[in-house]
Amino acid sequence: MKRREILKGLVTLPLVGALAYGAYQRNKYFEQVDQEMLDDIQLDLDPLPEIKAFTGKPLKIGIIGCGLRMKYILKSLGYVSPETIDEYRKKAETDEAWERFLNSYLNQPELGVEITALCDVFDVNAELGIRICENKKKQGTAEFTRTNSVKRYSTYQELISSEDVDAVIIATPDHMHAPISIAAAQSRKHIYCEKPFSWSLAETYALRDQIKKNDVVFQLGHQNRQIEAYNVAAKLIKKNVLGKVSLIEVTTNRNSKNGAWVYPIHKEANPNNIDWKQFIGQAPWHDFDLKRFFRWRCWWDYSTGLSGDLFTHDYDAMNQIMDLDIPASAMASGGIYYHKDGRTVPDTLNMSFEFDKQELSLLYSATQSSSRKRGRMIMGHDASMKVDQDLKIYIDRDSTKYKDKIEKGLIDPSQPMFTYSPGAGELDAITSATERYFAGRGLMFTNRSGKQYDTTFLHLHEWLNCIRDRSIKPSCDIDRSFEEGITALMGTISYKEGRRIYWDAEKESLI
Amino acid sequence: MKLSKIQILAITITRIVMGWHFMFEGFVKVLSPNWSAKAYLLDSKGFLSEFFFWIANNDGLLMISDIMVSWGLLVIGLLLIIGLFTKWAAYAAMILLAFFYLSHPPFPGLEYAMPGERNYYIINKNLIEFLAIGLIVLFPVYDYSFDKFMIKVKEEGSDEA
Repeated sequence: MKRREILKGLVTLPLVGALAYGAYQRNKYFEQVDQEMLDDIQLDLDPLPEIKAFTGKPLKIGIIGCGLRMKYILKSLGYVSPETIDEYRKKAETDEAWERFLNSYLNQPELGVEITALCDVFDVNAELGIRICENKKKQGTAEFTRTNSVKRYSTYQELISSEDVDAVIIATPDHMHAPISIAAAQSRKHIYCEKPFSWSLAETYALRDQIKKNDVVFQLGHQNRQIEAYNVAAKLIKKNVLGKVSLIEVTTNRNSKNGAWVYPIHKEANPNNIDWKQFIGQAPWHDFDLKRFFRWRCWWDYSTGLSGDLFTHDYDAMNQIMDLDIPASAMASGGIYYHKDGRTVPDTLNMSFEFDKQELSLLYSATQSSSRKRGRMIMGHDASMKVDQDLKIYIDRDSTKYKDKIEKGLIDPSQPMFTYSPGAGELDAITSATERYFAGRGLMFTNRSGKQYDTTFLHLHEWLNCIRDRSIKPSCDIDRSFEEGITALMGTISYKEGRRIYWDAEKESLI
Repeated sequence: MKLSKIQILAITITRIVMGWHFMFEGFVKVLSPNWSAKAYLLDSKGFLSEFFFWIANNDGLLMISDIMVSWGLLVIGLLLIIGLFTKWAAYAAMILLAFFYLSHPPFPGLEYAMPGERNYYIINKNLIEFLAIGLIVLFPVYDYSFDKFMIKVKEEGSDEA
């Protein structure tokens, strides 16, 4: 072979060298960034405890209010109607994701509860509720037989005073949360109550006092407390990854009938099967009205509006992540701009809260007539964090802390620097979409033994755990709940009165 | 068919460029310890998505696919650049590209979580690269390649015999 031919054959070799050098340099760059930015964060992430089934004597549970939300809670507790089991089975026959869901649902860890009592002011809800609560064995219609193990009470007072009840789960209209919880606390029943904490200011204090005085375990239904990403977010912020945070923006965007609380009216509903007087409770009297009954969120008489129904989720999530406590002041404005259906609560609401201790503003902005998603963003001088089921951190282009790295081209501010997606584990029918995100470059934290759980299930599990072991406290305990109650009311009162509301932390009163 | 000098050069450059692309992709993946095709596979859509989910959710298959993709890209790329076993490397590249294409086919109505440029309709870069590598197979050129040595060695061997 001629020398020229050999050289010609080898001419591409330097290219391989150049490429290898480029790849090596690139890799070194990213390794350096990873190490500098992630090492100290990773150290802090302890694995969460595994979910174990409860054994021993079951706790006797009373169900108060059995509408849409309670059916979801019951499902998380492990109770669905035989018809629902049939439906799951049918779907599982043709759909693998449903099959996985059904299997994991049937094998959900036992919570050690026994539902003994139920009350609802609407007969149809109560009867279906009883059917659901009697289906402890998760049977379909073919196998299901009535057990008569669940007693229906006609009032919540009777249910609460029953000796057959150790603890209650409350999912009623907002205006009844506190009166029922207070009655339950006075009868020494443990309480899991849906959010918001309260409807009026006076009962907010009264409820806290009664819970503390009677020493019962209270958990408010903010299941976001169980979202692993939020705990990760809290740790990242403590590590000062974002720098000084000055503004948090949280939003609600909905554009559907249900999203605007225009719920369907049950065909069979009438004055004979609805205990209207009990529904009204402490609210001002109004004649029987099916709209008010099924769409109660639209009237201040029973509702806490956007502030109580939806802002509380965001507030509690931010309180969980940043230990906000009660704001120093609140200011709100908005109006009924789209849903002119006789409602009294606004369908568009903007509220701003000032937190003096942390020196930051929390902005909440909501509309029920646009589904444009804006998400939740925590904004710091060095980085912003977008908080959802997953979380993303974007480094700020004018950051001081990361200045060198931005200049060197190590960081691209337009791309998330860290991404955390929960559940590298199994897919299920409901959350599979969240899992299909790219984890991005950076790190992917592991989650609870790689298994996904329904957050309401975890929240209930925690509450029950705290009843059995009084040395531990629920994550949304009475103090966190009180903070939520006062904060949401500050916004509502500001809207109603058209002025800025201040919180006097020493006297614990609103000005 | 005798190719002109410029045609030979064009085919050679195409081969090297493809190799460069493959090898660099492979390098990056091999060097990042946490890299896995899992998220990509779970993002799959279209008529073969169930197949790709099956791989993603099976630890053994996922490991094999991770190794095949990362090291596969690197080795294929290297072989294409230096022009060794060019034909076989090109076939292997086409198989990998076919998988990439089929897991994320740019058919109307399919939305992917993967961000980035995406104005594709049926034809995307994977398919174009697939066809381009096909040309390398169809127009064998041995200049600037190790394959040339192999041929020479064979020829010289047969001369002696």
